[in-house]
Amino acid sequence: MLRLILAEDSVLLRAGLAEVLSRSGHQVVAAVGDAEGLLRAVAAERPDVVVTDVRMPPDHRDEGLRAALELRSGDPALPVLVLSQYVATAYAARLFSGAPGSAGGLGYLLKDRVGEVDEFLDALERVAAGQTVIDPEVVRVLLAHRPGGHPLARLTPREREVLALIAEGLNNQAVAARLFVTEAAVVKHASSIFTKLDLDPVEGNRRVLAVLAHLRGAAAG
Amino acid sequence: MSRFGPLPDAVPVPLDPPPAVWAMLRRPGRFLLSWWPWRCWAHAVGGAVVGYAVLLVLGLLVFLGVVTAVAGVGLLLLVCTVVAAVPLGRFERWRLRWVEPVPVPDPHPPVAGGNPGAWLWSRLRERATRRELAYVALLGPVFGAAGFGVLVLLAFSLILVAVPVIVWAIAPDTVMLIPGRAVSSPWEGLAGTAVGLAGLVAAAYAGGLLAVAQVKTARMLLGPRAEDPQVVELTRSRVRLVEAFEAERRRIERDLHDGAQQQLVALSMTLGLAERELRGVPEAARAAELVGRGRQEAKLALAQLRELVRGIHPRVLTDHGLAAAVAEVALRHPVPVAVDLGGVPRLPGPVEATAYFTVAEALANAAKHSGASQVRVWGRVDSGVLSLSVCDDGRGGADPEAGAGLAGLADRLAVLRGRLTVSSPVGGPTELRVEVPCSG
Repeated sequence: MLRLILAEDSVLLRAGLAEVLSRSGHQVVAAVGDAEGLLRAVAAERPDVVVTDVRMPPDHRDEGLRAALELRSGDPALPVLVLSQYVATAYAARLFSGAPGSAGGLGYLLKDRVGEVDEFLDALERVAAGQTVIDPEVVRVLLAHRPGGHPLARLTPREREVLALIAEGLNNQAVAARLFVTEAAVVKHASSIFTKLDLDPVEGNRRVLAVLAHLRGAAAG
Repeated sequence: MSRFGPLPDAVPVPLDPPPAVWAMLRRPGRFLLSWWPWRCWAHAVGGAVVGYAVLLVLGLLVFLGVVTAVAGVGLLLLVCTVVAAVPLGRFERWRLRWVEPVPVPDPHPPVAGGNPGAWLWSRLRERATRRELAYVALLGPVFGAAGFGVLVLLAFSLILVAVPVIVWAIAPDTVMLIPGRAVSSPWEGLAGTAVGLAGLVAAAYAGGLLAVAQVKTARMLLGPRAEDPQVVELTRSRVRLVEAFEAERRRIERDLHDGAQQQLVALSMTLGLAERELRGVPEAARAAELVGRGRQEAKLALAQLRELVRGIHPRVLTDHGLAAAVAEVALRHPVPVAVDLGGVPRLPGPVEATAYFTVAEALANAAKHSGASQVRVWGRVDSGVLSLSVCDDGRGGADPEAGAGLAGLADRLAVLRGRLTVSSPVGGPTELRVEVPCSG
């Protein structure tokens, strides 16, 4: 059971999220509607994980994202899952740019994913456990077509699949389960990917961040 | 990137087109054989006549006005002098059409009521009237004098050209090209013809340059200016329109976000929960399947709605600006897009939105029609002007008139005093350029 704080300005979605979470055996210790409330609730309740919307009052821009960054700069170990109506690599970059590899879990998901209750809960638990979770849509966009001659073009289709799942934040075991292969096979693919992309072989969150940084760099070129 | 040459640095926006004569002067063969030298000469002759006549009459009026100012009559004369510039300005704008097809617009706003007193009072107070007076004053001493010079050159050149004829027809051994040496035969006179022809060419060019100078001056002094009250008001109202348009798009985006999108997310959550509850119940397997299908449908609806909203006003544009929003479109584009918008800062909302939608439209066209294998988006802000270029290596031949989307965007750019140019020779490449001042 996780103790959660929920920040979402839409009353409808706040109630819906609270219901999904409490029916799944988690405890929502506070549900707030704006960034100010979120900061106060976190200070008072010390939750296991924070789930926040990006867009909140007063300006309905990226207050939630900014609050998440503020919370993380105060307590780098606090796991935060950011939900958004739209995913954009620019937001992902902003959220993950300040995240050192050893910090608490960090996640960025499209709001629609909550409908896939099992996957959403799995992502939430991974974030609470200190892992990184990135929406498949962000990864899909980052991995899409690239100019010929790009290092990504040298990957085999299987390696691209593995890379996509690594970028979403899955560890080797989870990647193996998704692709119905052995963990040893995933390790082999991963090491081949890192060699082809000229990345240092690192593990855990730092691996995800390295992959993301690489993909974003490729996208900007 | 191999198929693209380096793009030029940002160029300042020429807000008035170059005079037609100027374009002709740069093609000497066509200029000299066209009607243009004649038109320029005619305009110069007219200028000299009008200029000196006006100088004389206005000079006299001012003189009389100053002399009789004590009597009160003089003030009336001075007022007449000033206001006379209005019809003279109109006449000169009309006369300018001889050498420039693009008309200079009337800078005076209409006066309501048709009351001569009101007309006089408002014209006296307008800056446009004072500029016209300045132009009229320049007409004689500057343009008239220069026009006279051109005419003298023309006359001498014609005489020189005719030297052999004169020598042959009238009086041998009397005409002297060089003092002290009379021309004895028509053949010797051919030297004079050569010099005369060179003089004619010089006169044609002098006339052309004079016309260019006059068109430029007239545009500066006889046309409306950005700071004239009615121009400012018109520009403001157009900018307000564009801003209202942008605000409306943002409002629709917000309404969809707060309304339909939230409802659909809530629906998919509820269906997701229901699916979980039903999963463990064997006799509800059919119902679980239907609920699952419903959840998939809600998911599709959400994805479609998100695409729609992206087309109305993307969030990233509001939150992170042009460079981030264009990068996002580029990532979703079916053809690889290299984006270089290094250092483009946050710009006023209407400029950002118009620039963004122009790039998005250009990219969509490149994907649909060009067969390009690569697209390059480049942009810089220099001296307060945003320059953008979208260039693809496709087959070209795009018809800028055919794209209704682009025409609408060109209109929106025009309101922001910007412009859109499309170059798409058959065989490619297609380049779309946008230049728009960022002052808002």
